[in-house]
Amino acid sequence: MSTEPEILTEEQQKHDLEVIEIQLLTEGIYHHYGFDFRDYSMASLRRRVWKRIYAEGLSTVSGLIEKVLHDPSCMERLLLDLSINTTAMFRDPTFYVAFRDKVVPLLRTYPFVRIWHAGCSTGEEVYSMAILLQEEGLYDRCRIYATDINEAVLQRAKTGIFPIGTMQENTSNYIAAGGKATFSDYYTARYDHAIFRPGLRENVVFAQHNLVTDSSFNVFNVIFCRNVLIYFNNALQERVQQLFLNSMEMFGVLGLGRKESIRFTSVADDYEELDIEEKLYRRVR
Amino acid sequence: MRKCELVVVGCSLGGMRALQSILGALPAGFAVPVAVVQHRYRNSNDALPQFLSRTSRLPVVDVDDKQWIKAGTVYLAPANYHLLVERGQFELSVDDAVAYSRPSVDVLFESAADAYGPSLAAVVLTGANRDGARGVARVKGRGGFVIVQDPKTAEAPSMPEAAIAAARVDRILPLERIGPFLVELCRSQR
Repeated sequence: MSTEPEILTEEQQKHDLEVIEIQLLTEGIYHHYGFDFRDYSMASLRRRVWKRIYAEGLSTVSGLIEKVLHDPSCMERLLLDLSINTTAMFRDPTFYVAFRDKVVPLLRTYPFVRIWHAGCSTGEEVYSMAILLQEEGLYDRCRIYATDINEAVLQRAKTGIFPIGTMQENTSNYIAAGGKATFSDYYTARYDHAIFRPGLRENVVFAQHNLVTDSSFNVFNVIFCRNVLIYFNNALQERVQQLFLNSMEMFGVLGLGRKESIRFTSVADDYEELDIEEKLYRRVR
Repeated sequence: MRKCELVVVGCSLGGMRALQSILGALPAGFAVPVAVVQHRYRNSNDALPQFLSRTSRLPVVDVDDKQWIKAGTVYLAPANYHLLVERGQFELSVDDAVAYSRPSVDVLFESAADAYGPSLAAVVLTGANRDGARGVARVKGRGGFVIVQDPKTAEAPSMPEAAIAAARVDRILPLERIGPFLVELCRSQR
């Protein structure tokens, strides 16, 4: 195999330089706009930043730094790129099966249940949980606080209107999640959209909250934060887990994404595993 | 290329048999970590790692977010997540599908090429789409080493064909020779 040391060194330098540029970008955004992406996971961040660079017709990270700092509309577009997490109704159906089996019986013993859905994005999983709680006869005594960093996605979540094209996947997820009714009973199809029954958001409060910079605002019996922490580095995950612990009632339940874990954080001993596959934990100290 | 520190593998249709062949050729204590994207159903469970464990001397696991990369382990992209690589550590994302796929071979290869540059070896196997072609171009652009399964030996030739068209790849090998070649490559490099 051929080895060309001087070229390879150049490659390495190019990569290291790009990491520095991305750090400069996030520093600049933080100081100028106040959004803090400095502790986001580097590989995903780099991918999303490059997507925006190409979309703006640019060719370098430095080019994006200049444009973002002088053009607020460019910042808005980048903010959407960096903060929208795609999701689906009843994403990972087995999670909802486990929630029905292992968490719902606990919640039945409470007179009132406060749920925090952190990083709810466009709201698909909030409506999923509302449907599940309604089918279990618990919804009337629940209040769901659905928060996200991004005001634009919250506005969409509030409407309860989703593209009709996603309903096939949503329906099969609903059935696999142990749904007890007919999924299409929960929405009205209108042109390209499915409009969900307004009653599903009767007990939902949508609010802007930034996991990176904001603090605890209540204590909860259940906290969901699914597939949001994957975009944070270890240090930021640690900070957010402390925030969740400070916002969690004793014996409250934490639900993470299927491939997320508290294993490597300092709160690992504060929870017991309710369902290890589905990443459902219960606070025990 | 420099001493190989990470092997990435991408496959789709027909990939199960191809992976069995390659992983089966790797000895216990293989000194390099292996990260694999095999296209899989979005709600699939642990059946895939369990299935591959049966024919591999190395542990085969679905990746957890922020898992540290260790030598002698085969890491699979979990269902419905993209698998990305930073130096020494995996990341997951739920960003949009790339090349109609999540996990996507391109996403793994491109991030691994950025992080590992000339210390990366990439392998493209059988598949009925073009996922991996962009990734292979990036791997070559960063000085890595690319091996492609000979399309004539692939159950579905389009993925290896697209990879060969996308970059000047280093080796085109029949399936049964890829595993032994990786063993040689990871032993000989300094």
